[in-house]
Amino acid sequence: MALVRLITWTRTWTGLANREDVSMSVETVWPRLEPLLPRVSKPIQYVGGELGAQVKDWDSVAVRWALMYPDAYEVGLPNQGVQILYEVLNEQPDTLAERTYAVWPDLEALMREHGVPQFTVDSHRPVGAFDLLGVSFATELGYTNLLTALDLAGIPLASRDRDDTHPLVIAGGHAAFNPEPIADFLDAAVLGDGEEAVLEITGIVKAWKAAGRPGGREELLLRLARTESVYVPRFYDVDYLPDGRIQRVVPNRPGVPFRVRKRTTMDLDQWPYPKQPLVPLAETVHERYAVEIFRGCTRGCRFCQAGMITRPVRERSITTVGKMVEEGLANSGFSEVGLLSLSSADHSEIKDMCSGLADRYEGSNVSLSLPSTRVDAFNVELAQELSRGGRRTGLTFAPEGGSERIRRVINKMVTEEDLIRTVVTAYTSGWRQVKLYFMCGLPTETDEDVLQIARLAHEVIRAGREATGTKDVRCTVSIGAFVPKPHTPFQWAAQCPPEVVDHRLHLLKQAINADRSLGRSIGYRYHDGEPSLIEGLLSRGDRRVGAVIRRVWESGGRFDGWREHFSYQRWVDAAAAVLPEYGVDLAWYTTRERDVTEVLPWDHLDSGLDSEWLWQDWQDALAEVEQDDCRWTPCFDCGVCPSMDTEIQIGPTGRKLLPLTPV
Amino acid sequence: MVARVRLRYAKRGRMRFTSHRDFARAFERALRRAGVPVAYSQGFTPHPRISYASAAPTGVASEAEYLELGLQAPMPPAELARALDEVLSPGLDVQEAVAVPPGAGSLADRLEASRWQIELPGLEREPLARAVAAFEAADQVPVERLTKQGWRTLDARAAVVTIRVSTEPVTGATLGEPSGVAGVPCAILDCVVRQVTPAVRPDDVLSGLRVVAGLEPPVPPRVTRLAQGPLTTRGEILDPLAVDRDGTPAESVG
Repeated sequence: MALVRLITWTRTWTGLANREDVSMSVETVWPRLEPLLPRVSKPIQYVGGELGAQVKDWDSVAVRWALMYPDAYEVGLPNQGVQILYEVLNEQPDTLAERTYAVWPDLEALMREHGVPQFTVDSHRPVGAFDLLGVSFATELGYTNLLTALDLAGIPLASRDRDDTHPLVIAGGHAAFNPEPIADFLDAAVLGDGEEAVLEITGIVKAWKAAGRPGGREELLLRLARTESVYVPRFYDVDYLPDGRIQRVVPNRPGVPFRVRKRTTMDLDQWPYPKQPLVPLAETVHERYAVEIFRGCTRGCRFCQAGMITRPVRERSITTVGKMVEEGLANSGFSEVGLLSLSSADHSEIKDMCSGLADRYEGSNVSLSLPSTRVDAFNVELAQELSRGGRRTGLTFAPEGGSERIRRVINKMVTEEDLIRTVVTAYTSGWRQVKLYFMCGLPTETDEDVLQIARLAHEVIRAGREATGTKDVRCTVSIGAFVPKPHTPFQWAAQCPPEVVDHRLHLLKQAINADRSLGRSIGYRYHDGEPSLIEGLLSRGDRRVGAVIRRVWESGGRFDGWREHFSYQRWVDAAAAVLPEYGVDLAWYTTRERDVTEVLPWDHLDSGLDSEWLWQDWQDALAEVEQDDCRWTPCFDCGVCPSMDTEIQIGPTGRKLLPLTPV
Repeated sequence: MVARVRLRYAKRGRMRFTSHRDFARAFERALRRAGVPVAYSQGFTPHPRISYASAAPTGVASEAEYLELGLQAPMPPAELARALDEVLSPGLDVQEAVAVPPGAGSLADRLEASRWQIELPGLEREPLARAVAAFEAADQVPVERLTKQGWRTLDARAAVVTIRVSTEPVTGATLGEPSGVAGVPCAILDCVVRQVTPAVRPDDVLSGLRVVAGLEPPVPPRVTRLAQGPLTTRGEILDPLAVDRDGTPAESVG
């Protein structure tokens, strides 16, 4: 199975293969790991052997990547970003990539006790033996898990303490657009699409190794920084003003750019990954073949970091999507397909795509789904097409705001009439249950805006009952606290304090249940305000927050995205211990409004968005002015396309999906 | 549903860490990839017609797990077995498939007993042999097992048909990776246990050895189910698929 030569298994884990001698194989830690597995929960997640896993010969390649999703296997394995990079790298003959995930605390304790290092699941090789450790951060709440992985791998937590024997630790993913809180722990960060970035980085590392590693780690990092699209924190100094704000962030050596640019992969039809999806043996949060039907979004919802930082829109053509689905299903055996994007119904060929796929898979027990969509009756028609196979997946809409006023503030333009009409269409088309997502704590929000959600929900049920002639219609209101994010028009906003959020959530619950008959048909799911405050600290934090993260980790913080593991008190205590010496505190990072003159911790990282445009959009939000989508109305100069030399890539191609020829 | 097929599969090496549900999911996907024409149930969420028979606990390897498939179109059993084995992960190995003749009895009913091999690294032969002797001599051996409803006592002795110290492990190519490390002793227990309710599992037998003789293995054991099927009066296990395959009861398989 694994193509790794076993050396004696009694060698201690610190005695890794000599990095200079590339002819020596790196030992697998499996013999030391296996006896621990019967003692931990869900051992299969650490075993590997998934369909689609690739184990290449260690000595046959020049550059070796360990790719990490810093959460449990069940969450990390389905992640598209890691799967895409895994395939792109392994397709290169001179490169290999393996995967690693966060281990649960029960195994962490045993690994420390028995000297077993952080390992890849593909071949159980120690992560410390790789050239690069690429970590994909979809959320900031994975930061403590990063520290655990580094520590278990024997990699010094601080970048400055690492030497030539340690892997380069590189961050990617949406949270990498402000990596300052973990800047001390990272060697580098990549902003934006990773496909071309990882190949470019691989080329640089390969040349540096082949030349005998001239200048050591520092020189390698310099070469990466000079590409102007790899951010190397140690080459930037941060100066602070007496009141705690940042004065400036500047390069501390020549050849390093003042601003680091994001990357954009154009022409996604040329990158049809994943081709061989990973099919886990363990149970994971998604068990489907997922295909990104497009990247980017220009609807301009002002809270949405993902939309702001992934511009412009680049679609995959209907024929490429059809081919990817066909091969992906054949290679995996999944019985569900997800057509993913930030707003799938906006794809220029979505109608033909859905009916074409529904035609192909009718009667084959394959179910097709779209993620949560805009509130649009058209989306119900699409969902109908997709559920022709008989399997009806849930319908979810995201109005986000309860009142029309607040929806104008966030630029999510849907009238109450549209909302009711859409949900009623869903009910009359056969759905009995609809989920509605909302946020609490949006800028300018009042109690009244949140109470409107109850009124909306009541109206939805009332209209649904009337239209279907039955009382058997339900909706679930799902609501969480809003966290302002970097590179959005709300990046200057004051985050709503948890007490206010919790108060409004409580009022909402009462209001929903104030009408017993209607309230009975409405489910209510919510998240408390406190974890969101910590997310806020991390999302708009600067380098000083790194010490807070470290302290939380040292006192046992792990898996902060999981309710069972997250401890608000631990974060509050760490912040209180660390931040006063800088004259700042938790509230300073979260509930404080910034003004236009303040240097933000991520200003030196360029998402392409013009900061004047962003500020103007923030002012428009406060004035309740709406903004349209540039795919269908004239460009409004957000700045991305000219500064990044990119363009909108959408169809329609006018093609249709042909039926599959039977084998 | 047009035909039924029964098959025997193995869980080897690292695959012993899959739970039964993990296997079931992997198997359903394998059916799709192999193009097996499995029949589906009716209703809002059709399931493939697969019925499993007494699955091994998570962490236990096996040479003899059984399931039955309903097909909506005919497929020769040998071809089915080969196609499935090809698409399943190495370590989840389909060993054989037989067509189920009309009127055949229930598969689960034929699985009267299992033969287990329990490897105990770090344990010498002598202490194990003494413990086995004490266990055999006892009339009852009460052990405790933790269930969802709390601790429960059961008699480990009654269900055990034969128990002895093995001379040679059934290991090597058939069972995947070698378990032992050179120089470390590894005593091996071999036992045949009747399928009863509540089930007496291999770790209950080990608990029993601890109760009667204070036997404490230093590291977790490696357990493998070697066979399961009808039980003869001599304590041998027969092939449960023999009757379906050729209409006559088979020779012993364990």
